[in-house]
Amino acid sequence: MKHEWPLWEVFIRGQHGLSHRHVGSLHAPDAEMAVKNARDVYTRRNEGVSIWVVEARHITATSPSDKGPMFEPSESKVYRHPTFFDIPDDVGAM
Amino acid sequence: MYAQMVKSTGEGVKSREEMSPEEAVFQDRIDADVKIEPKDWMPEGYRKTLIRQIGQHAHSEIVGQLPEGNWITRAPTLERKAILLAKVQDEAGHGLYLYCAAETLGVTRDDLTEQLLSGKMKYSSIFNYPTLTWADIGAVGWLVDGAAIMNQVPLQRTSFGPYSRAMIRICKEESFHQRQGYDIMMKMAKGTEAQKRMAQDALNRFWYPSLMMFGPSDKDSVHSAQSLAWKIKIDTNDELRQKFVDQTVPQAEYLGLTVPDENLKWNEEKGGYDFSEPDWAEFFDVVKGNGPCNKDRLEARIKAWDEGAWVRDGLLAHAEKRAARKVAAE
Repeated sequence: MKHEWPLWEVFIRGQHGLSHRHVGSLHAPDAEMAVKNARDVYTRRNEGVSIWVVEARHITATSPSDKGPMFEPSESKVYRHPTFFDIPDDVGAM
Repeated sequence: MYAQMVKSTGEGVKSREEMSPEEAVFQDRIDADVKIEPKDWMPEGYRKTLIRQIGQHAHSEIVGQLPEGNWITRAPTLERKAILLAKVQDEAGHGLYLYCAAETLGVTRDDLTEQLLSGKMKYSSIFNYPTLTWADIGAVGWLVDGAAIMNQVPLQRTSFGPYSRAMIRICKEESFHQRQGYDIMMKMAKGTEAQKRMAQDALNRFWYPSLMMFGPSDKDSVHSAQSLAWKIKIDTNDELRQKFVDQTVPQAEYLGLTVPDENLKWNEEKGGYDFSEPDWAEFFDVVKGNGPCNKDRLEARIKAWDEGAWVRDGLLAHAEKRAARKVAAE
């Protein structure tokens, strides 16, 4: 009972040329079994064409308490968006 | 209501004045429909209630495989067998999605399993009833999965992110389950006299246990009031039960079957059916462990866990050996 299989995070590429997207997690003894289990658990209805698995302990995440310093600076930089600039219609598509 | 009677803090909902600053910010987020994620601060009661609820829900999916698995080898055609197999496999998947959601709250999978096997955590009362005939497989899909959908659709909006995401995946798959059940019922109800009797008998036996799935009335429950405030419960048990009856009665009529309730009557004023309550004494008895199949279900899970120990250990030992060999080679 004390020997729990490690936790893996599962990422799947949908069928439309998209990036891999996180879909959930599962337990497996190793990477090979994690891929096999991911196939059975997360792609029973043609949800994907490619699977990535990564052991959860290898993921480094931002902490919720850092949300302000991490993400708020970009809020004041509206000029990073194309809609910031007024281009006359006469110029044509841009 | 795959989670029934989940206890919350038992203290009732705190007023704004009673809340700590952290609790107030937390409640504001919930009121604004901002999802709570695993690493966010949350009250201990929220965490514990969710572990109970998601855990019980996961256990129900896993134990729920047993009554249906009972008919895989005896399905009437190869096609029905393949469909039932796919459905039971889905239930395993649903259990896994939910266990993973619970684990993000800091409980381990082994902990949850141990608590199921020791009887400390419950699973839905419905799975303690036997599936005696093939029509029961139809009734389970139609009524039991139908009742589950009634509860799970609103839970897609639940406040805890991982639970909500698991619910969204599950709901996508669940409607296949209900339709396959109704398809079986249609076939039986339009079949020979014997088949029709079998379908009616299945409805007779599963009707009240299905109504019990929503749990006893909780309009005065402090636990439910707290869960509703935290949006880990979206509707009261009575609201869901009423919706279920209103949806299911016309479906039974279409089949030409009779709902086993003499008091069932359309109530124009409330725009819904009046119906008899299930036998709540029976419900509490089943929850306590005295239903027709409680013992079998738990024994089957314990057997699977114990007899699978060498596989779990063996695969882990193999993985460790290979990893060590790889390190040595480098």
